[in-house]
Amino acid sequence: MVGTRRLRAAAALLALSFIALTACAPGQGTTSSKTGGTVHVLAVWSGSEQDSFTAVLKPFEDRTGIKVEYESTRDLDATLTTRVQAGNPPEVTGAPGFGTLSKFVKQGKVVALDNIVDMNALKSQYADTWIKLGQVNSQGELGSGKLYQVFSWAAMKGLVWYNPKSFQAKGYQVPKTWNDFTTLVSKVKADGTTPLCVTLESGAASGWPASDWIKEIVLSQSGSKVYDNWWAGKQKWSSPEIKQAWQTFGQLLGPGGANVYGGPKYMVATNFGDVGTPMFASPPKCYMLNQGSFITDFFVKNNPNLKPVQDFTFFPLPTINDQYAGSTVVAGDSFSMMKDTPQARELIKYLTTAGAQSIWVKRGGKISPNKNVAASDYPDETAKGVAQALAAEKTADFDAGDLMPSDMRNAWWGKTLDFVQDQSKLDSILADLDKVQASTSTGG
Amino acid sequence: MDLGQLLTVQLPTLLAVVIGVPAVLAGYIVVGELLVRRLPDGAQPGVRPWIWVGPALVFIAIFLVYPVFGTVYRSLLGRDGSSFVALSNYGRVLGDSAVVTAIRDNIYWLLLYTLFALLFGLLMAVLSDRVRYETPVKSLIFMPMAISFTALAVIWKFMYSYQPPGEPQTGTLNAVLNGILHVQPITWIQDERVNNFALIAAAVWGITGFAMVILSASLKGIPGELLEAARVDGAGQITIFRRVILPLLMPTITVVATTLVIFALKAFDIVYVTTAGNFHTDVLANRMYKELYLAGNFANSSALAVILLIAVIPVLIFNLRQFRAVEGRR
Repeated sequence: MVGTRRLRAAAALLALSFIALTACAPGQGTTSSKTGGTVHVLAVWSGSEQDSFTAVLKPFEDRTGIKVEYESTRDLDATLTTRVQAGNPPEVTGAPGFGTLSKFVKQGKVVALDNIVDMNALKSQYADTWIKLGQVNSQGELGSGKLYQVFSWAAMKGLVWYNPKSFQAKGYQVPKTWNDFTTLVSKVKADGTTPLCVTLESGAASGWPASDWIKEIVLSQSGSKVYDNWWAGKQKWSSPEIKQAWQTFGQLLGPGGANVYGGPKYMVATNFGDVGTPMFASPPKCYMLNQGSFITDFFVKNNPNLKPVQDFTFFPLPTINDQYAGSTVVAGDSFSMMKDTPQARELIKYLTTAGAQSIWVKRGGKISPNKNVAASDYPDETAKGVAQALAAEKTADFDAGDLMPSDMRNAWWGKTLDFVQDQSKLDSILADLDKVQASTSTGG
Repeated sequence: MDLGQLLTVQLPTLLAVVIGVPAVLAGYIVVGELLVRRLPDGAQPGVRPWIWVGPALVFIAIFLVYPVFGTVYRSLLGRDGSSFVALSNYGRVLGDSAVVTAIRDNIYWLLLYTLFALLFGLLMAVLSDRVRYETPVKSLIFMPMAISFTALAVIWKFMYSYQPPGEPQTGTLNAVLNGILHVQPITWIQDERVNNFALIAAAVWGITGFAMVILSASLKGIPGELLEAARVDGAGQITIFRRVILPLLMPTITVVATTLVIFALKAFDIVYVTTAGNFHTDVLANRMYKELYLAGNFANSSALAVILLIAVIPVLIFNLRQFRAVEGRR
């Protein structure tokens, strides 16, 4: 073995080199005249939506010199939870489902924005609803307390998209009432084409477009009170109102999915972004589809020749029960701050400005809840129409799925996949969902 | 990239890591050796190995042993972590029909994944042994090992893509079925009769290279004289394979098989990316993930983790015994 003297010499040498290394350990980088630094953002956008978000960020990066490191995942709740537990959250994140956000607020993991954003400016630029939706109190309840999320964009759901040219060719009229709508569905079927296009695939979130149908039906069939009790876990899935909503949805799909292009197989296998492709084929393979206002982004990306208003436009899904007219399901893209850094503060403030929001609005596919975004920023009459419809609605009820605890919502999404493939399983599906609901409300 | 940042931050960090980490390790060994030299000569051989292995043992204790015990303990507590509920978490988890489906699917993976990866690996190792085209064939079969399981899942998602019958098919398999064989296209990922097998097939495609390479190395270790002798005695190729090659390969086959079994029990990436566990393709690892990060239910997820651990223990013991037997034969 090595002699002891040699070893001592080696030890001394190593100790010396180690001291030398620590002496030239790197310090912090020098700052330039701009703020500089980095901010990490986590959100669900990928593909063309991500391109739009990048475009929104570019003026911010140029102005402040802050580098935005963007990470995209469709499984936002789970990814964010992992990062928070690891003590390594992104500084800014697309807000998670309300259940997760509320849990983080109670744990003190989210930074309150009251002293960071200009609350006066916020109150003057946004309708009260949008500020209330961002507030969570110390019990984890929505609607009051400190501000924990700010809304940059909104989307309206319950919009039925159609190709006016196809409608004209067949002499179909835009339905104004629910009866008209179901009659039209039967008529198109009788004429030999599947009336509806529905596609549900979306990775870990597969099934969410079907949940949109169901929540819209619950709202317009049974009203806001039932809707609110339902997402809060106080109304059971197997209750008559909720069961009726599923059945109504099933009737629209037709027995065995007969009213939907491609049937249940195609529904569960095809990505939600591709829902419009059969509608714009010639001859059209379906005539109507129900999707949020952001779907126009996908229409145009898949088919660059399409023009809004001429090739696609919408009518609001008619109310089922007239006493609940004027209610609509809305969703929003909101941001929360998980770690307080100067760069994160700059970014959050930027994202609340009309300037930032109008960049995506101009590109199409997003509506802004900010009153300062000019009507002329909307790229076409269709988008303007959605923005006006949003502003005109009496009751804007936030997306029930986003308000439920994440495991409840994910269980719901998974069950819709089972439902569209076999509607006769409804009772066992609702029983299973009740079990999940019970465990999420009693658990931590 | 800013040059100033590069020189003042990134480069020194790189140097510190590349030189510093080995330096610390070497320093530790050197200092440890000096200390051992001070002991009486008789005691030195007993103490020295522990000094050398010390850091590794500490790491394993912190990052492996402690979490195992922590998880087992956590699985005996209630959802909020305060009440001791003994085995009721296990009862609830095993009674959940979704978990039962996951266990069934894990068994599919266990049996079929191991069997087919081993079979194809062995076949390719034997067929391509000592032939002219050995290297290109082996390289081709080994290439899928270079990609991550997530990339593999995405690729196969495209391969299994579905369009309604009569439409141009976007997935390779359905294009062959519908376009060439004029059979109805199948929703490989969503159809519960085939989806588990489709996912397992994709995974086997990814791992066959691994089995092949190890079996091939072992195959080449068989002395040529044995095969010559068998041939001289008049044995046909099949007999040589059955009576000479296979028995000699048995230890290696066992090692590969047990490794594959462990991979099968760990299956997660492919299921998560293609189906997120829907359509009855769920596996225990995916359920554990959902319970942990979606539901935030530490009790259930700990119970599932322990169940997986228990499932793997027999394999580990068997593997260890085999390893000792091989070592003993040296």
